[in-house]
Amino acid sequence: MATGGQRISRVAGAPLPMRGNDIDTDRIIPARFLRSIRFEGLEAHVFEDDRKALAEAGTPHPFDQPQYQGAAILLANANFGCGSSREHAPQALQRWGIQACVAESFSEIFLGNSTALGLPCATATPEAIAQLLHAAETEPATAMTLDLEALTVRAGDCVVEVATAPAVREALLSGTWDATGLLLDEFDDVRAVAARLPYVTGF
Amino acid sequence: MSRTLLQKVWDAHGVRTLSTGQTQLFIGLHLVHEVTSPQAFAMLRDRGWQVQFPERTFATVDHIIPTLDQARPFADTLAEEMMSALERNAKEFGVPLWDLSSPRQGIVHVIGPELGLTQPGLTIACGDSHTSTHGAFGAVAFGIGTSQVRDVLASQCLAIDRLKVRRIDVSGSLTRGVYAKDVILEIIRRLGVKGGVGFAYEYGGAVLDGMTMDERMTVCNMSIEGGARVGYVNPDQTTFDYLEGRPFAPAGETFGRAKTWWASMASDADAEYDDRVEIDGAALAPVVTWGTNPGQSVQVDERIPAPGDVETNDRPAVTEALEFMGFEGGAPIAGTKIDVAFIGSCTNSRLTDLREAAQVVAAQRISPHVTGLVVPGSKAVAAAAEQEGLDEVFRSAGFEWRGAGCSMCLAMNPDKLEGRQVCASSSNRNFKGRQGSPTGRTLLMSPAMVAAAALAGEVADVRELAPAGSVGVG
Repeated sequence: MATGGQRISRVAGAPLPMRGNDIDTDRIIPARFLRSIRFEGLEAHVFEDDRKALAEAGTPHPFDQPQYQGAAILLANANFGCGSSREHAPQALQRWGIQACVAESFSEIFLGNSTALGLPCATATPEAIAQLLHAAETEPATAMTLDLEALTVRAGDCVVEVATAPAVREALLSGTWDATGLLLDEFDDVRAVAARLPYVTGF
Repeated sequence: MSRTLLQKVWDAHGVRTLSTGQTQLFIGLHLVHEVTSPQAFAMLRDRGWQVQFPERTFATVDHIIPTLDQARPFADTLAEEMMSALERNAKEFGVPLWDLSSPRQGIVHVIGPELGLTQPGLTIACGDSHTSTHGAFGAVAFGIGTSQVRDVLASQCLAIDRLKVRRIDVSGSLTRGVYAKDVILEIIRRLGVKGGVGFAYEYGGAVLDGMTMDERMTVCNMSIEGGARVGYVNPDQTTFDYLEGRPFAPAGETFGRAKTWWASMASDADAEYDDRVEIDGAALAPVVTWGTNPGQSVQVDERIPAPGDVETNDRPAVTEALEFMGFEGGAPIAGTKIDVAFIGSCTNSRLTDLREAAQVVAAQRISPHVTGLVVPGSKAVAAAAEQEGLDEVFRSAGFEWRGAGCSMCLAMNPDKLEGRQVCASSSNRNFKGRQGSPTGRTLLMSPAMVAAAALAGEVADVRELAPAGSVGVG
């Protein structure tokens, strides 16, 4: 059985700083845009309400600032992607062009959803994130590189250490982040487990 | 060796350790709804896969359905497309679907338990973060995204890391006017919205022991708001009594054998936990959120914090939330004017919730400037409430009595806040824009507190309104 997915060991591109803790998935993609049977087009609505509010206030959202157009690495603080389990959130980010997220921490469901899309999420200390955010804001044209083998992010001369859950890293490096194939590989084992469960067999 | 329930369920459902180091975990019950499943079914179709265990998969419709005019086709063409897609997918893949024509339709986290599908010792997955609700029965239940919905449909398994377990004991007993919702809001307030990341929360202690299943579901439902993907209560006689006689629960002699297995899955008395927290239940008061995440809350007799009251790290978030809400730090939360009162959602739309709210509103009228909405969690809840006359209690108080669905919890249907409206809500999230207006404001609280706010037209302490002894049994 084929196990889907490209091997992903490094992501390079311009950074996009998204400051703030606890940025929830309702903000990343408001629920009204989930009224669709497709993921296509979600990128047009990423952070839509926040962007509109900030545009009206005259302080454009990072996703609207010219220097971050074409960015590939999203930088955030703690608990990024909390709240709803909607995979539409990483789908919208990825379709917009984000190829990796680096933050102090992620919500678990967001992390799992992102991994399943081949969108690496790596964590770093608050100090390292502060450094990267500062670099992104002062030198937005300087590309950053997330290296999943070395577990580093390089921004010009600055190199910070990052971490990933071992399984996430392994899935990305080996190209097994689309897990269905892997889960179907030894299906007799699945049937055997089911056959041992009292609620499956009728107690 | 002694084990927690989480460990026992993991051991019973682990298929193998994958090359990534994750567990391949068998999923005992997969619940499906219209929002997070269409792309998953489409991927199955593209890859030529079947649903491996259709008999362990059940679908209903809840997020997008109108609660007023449910005639097909829906006025919202996008909602209609999603409804039709689920009907087509359920038929093609052999998955039972309880749609609007079925008396079993309702919010997925309400109907699973009331049909007896949700049972102790199971692994339960659903493309919805409030799947933790089912943990009230001693199941390990968690939300997943659409790619993982595809994984479960195609293989009945997930690739997942095992969680640590934090035991949270709530001791003593709750005082009058304090409810399950206050318990979980207080837990989130103390441990934070990310305090539970990496953990399953095991709730216990005298307060949880004394709760009904409806109340336990309210607590487990909001585990995810505290960062914990899983929350559970060990199964006990209350659990077994609830399940006996339900359509999908074992019957007759089988029920006795099931009970023995269910009881065996509870955490051992000497199980070791990765962390422990103790909370004095007697000291709790009604809790109301003032900000834009469920951890930004105060007790109803407290003041909204000012940026200077919190740790330096939290100041930007407090400043931003106060600005969005239009509140002054230092002002009392009680007396905050509301425009809308919403009683519903997978957190608080069960019969017990409706009874508690109805006791508060009984024979009174809601404030003339308040729009009140009561949305039962399922058709079965609606029927039971109507049998007791609760619909009349709400209607004569000035509330609207609607059809079952998620409604204004996340406003994917026509039920939405408008502009800067403030909503006293029994739901689970006060995120910016959550209730359908990008500038709308949500105050989370118990259903009884929503009822009290509706009567007063402003945030009010239900303990001062309620006649002694009539509410807050815990």
